[in-house]
Amino acid sequence: MNKRQKRMLARIAASAVLLVALNFVPVEGWLRFACYLVPYLVIGYDILIKAGKGVRNRQIFDENFLMAVATIGAIALALYEGSGDYTEAIAVMLFYQVGEWFQSYAVGKSRRNISELMDIRPDYANVETEGRLEQVDPEEVAVGAVIVVQPGEKVPIDGVVTEGSSTLNTAALTGESLPRKAGVGDEVISGCVNMTGVLKIRTTKEFGESTVSKILDLVENASSRKSRSENFISRFARIYTPAVCAAALVLAVVPPVIGLLSGAGGSWETWVYRALTFLVASCPCALVISIPLSFFAGIGGASKAGILVKGSNYLETLSRTKIVVFDKTGTLTQGVFEVNGIHHNEMEDARLVEYAALAESASSHPISKSLQKAYGKEINRSRVTDIREISGNGVIAKVDGHEVAAGNDKLMDRLGVSYISCHSVGTIIHMAIDGAYAGHIVISDVVKPHAKQAIQALKAAGVQKTVMLTGDAKAVADQVAGELGVDQVYSQLLPADKVEKVEELLRGKPEKARLAFVGDGINDAPVLGRADIGIAMGAMGSDAAIEAADVVLMDDDPLKIPKAIRISRKCLGIVYENIVLAIGVKLACLVLVALGFANMWLAIFADVGVMILAVLNAIRALFVQKL
Amino acid sequence: MKKTYKIEVDCANCANKMEQAARKTEGVQSATVNFMTLKMMVEFAEGHDPQAVMEQVRKNCKKVEDDCEIFL
Repeated sequence: MNKRQKRMLARIAASAVLLVALNFVPVEGWLRFACYLVPYLVIGYDILIKAGKGVRNRQIFDENFLMAVATIGAIALALYEGSGDYTEAIAVMLFYQVGEWFQSYAVGKSRRNISELMDIRPDYANVETEGRLEQVDPEEVAVGAVIVVQPGEKVPIDGVVTEGSSTLNTAALTGESLPRKAGVGDEVISGCVNMTGVLKIRTTKEFGESTVSKILDLVENASSRKSRSENFISRFARIYTPAVCAAALVLAVVPPVIGLLSGAGGSWETWVYRALTFLVASCPCALVISIPLSFFAGIGGASKAGILVKGSNYLETLSRTKIVVFDKTGTLTQGVFEVNGIHHNEMEDARLVEYAALAESASSHPISKSLQKAYGKEINRSRVTDIREISGNGVIAKVDGHEVAAGNDKLMDRLGVSYISCHSVGTIIHMAIDGAYAGHIVISDVVKPHAKQAIQALKAAGVQKTVMLTGDAKAVADQVAGELGVDQVYSQLLPADKVEKVEELLRGKPEKARLAFVGDGINDAPVLGRADIGIAMGAMGSDAAIEAADVVLMDDDPLKIPKAIRISRKCLGIVYENIVLAIGVKLACLVLVALGFANMWLAIFADVGVMILAVLNAIRALFVQKL
Repeated sequence: MKKTYKIEVDCANCANKMEQAARKTEGVQSATVNFMTLKMMVEFAEGHDPQAVMEQVRKNCKKVEDDCEIFL
């Protein structure tokens, strides 16, 4: 609680106590009026002052003015009628202030909660000067300086490890607590927490350009891009208050006048009272506060899960996503080639791979790289002699005295070795050792472990169509799509074709459905921009992706996509609930008041109660862990 | 040119009113008030001095909402 909130709480308590106490004091007439004036002024003096200033600045329809008119009116009515019932006016003011206090407290609290969620801002960087560590402001560290990160500390600035090795926890950035190893020469990004060893890091960026600053910037500015619901609410609030005031005026004047004219006699007190009650119910606060709060909480909750949404409007669009288009490589598949199968081999798998890796050891082709990776050990070049590369066919070399041929079917034809064709999709490397067929190795892009699950989860989350775009050959694309259960595939596309395909899909979709494009953010910026909503994944450390996309997934787990959609659905659900709840209760209350079924007590309870409910409901958007 | 200012305001509706007031100020291309982060983002029209414009924005905001502050 800040100072202002504490003072307000004291005023609320003092006024409430006075009000209750006065009930037991038998005073009458003007003395009674004077006595009751004390709690009224204690609780409402600032409202009266603000109302006065508002009138001077020609801001008539603000809630202070309305509250002032309603309560003063109620007091005047009590005086005029001689009933001496001032409690109602004071109670209305009291509850109004309680509501305001609660709102300010809840908003302040969630503001702090969400900033704590995003507590990745490093407070200092350790710089070594003359053998001693000194803590400095990260902003003061120049590019190329060496900083020291001790276990338990956050990496403050992006850089490259120059000394030491350790494990980093990326949970604050990705939402997943997956430890990453970092050793000399590895790039590390700011925001990770160093867990085990001391690291010396040469910075490659300024603090302001580092990942952590970019992310904070993005999240803090996110709720400035307002959604349609938010704009609707501000427009609604602008119309609503004057409309209710006008209705109040009509209510105060028209029925009594009609009564007078028709000879039934105008009951002015009743109608003026109802009009004043109208004013009490006219404050649009519940609506106006709960909608941005819901979005803010939703965006905060999503960033905690490693999903950065760049604006409330994108969260809204995301919730209406019906078509998800994937760029295959890097989103559904790893984008690295791996040995995926070894068939028909005459010797142990490991041995075959060893021969293949050795034979291909002179080549820098991605295929030979993946073979070397699968072999996993240091290549001893002295075991390999007589390397002959036959362009477009493969390699023939002597390994440990055996003649090893590794290549495609053309190479086998050329050597006159009969081979077994492979039904798997990918690059097939046939192996012949000393002129005899020794089996083949299948190398292909590997599907991500969660890709299939992600596609299913998307369907479950209400996505109607999934589409995969790829530059790969048709056979490969169809096989991957079939395996994952993607609805539609377009293969052999050039980068420019992808934009065209997305445009085609945009034209073909139903009016209200939204199309999301998921890419790895490396070379698909135009497509990311063209889709209704662009999602970039695996964005840790990639500035281009953060720039181009509307939604950024910090790691490359495709399961984050359905999660993002579920978060957006939940958030928008809460937004609609609040809109319906707030407008509905207000309208119902106004009808009851106009018909004389409700008094000022009910009006103020409806006002404050709805606001409290709406705010509590909005905060629900923050909890996304289980989604 | 775009600049961000820290603000202080108590209620969401007041923040909306400040946004309206800021938008109507001469020299302001566009303005957004973010109540949740208590920030005002102002894009200035060309050929206007941000400092002078912001003084005016502040004055106009005070007019619609007495209880607000913009930290210039």
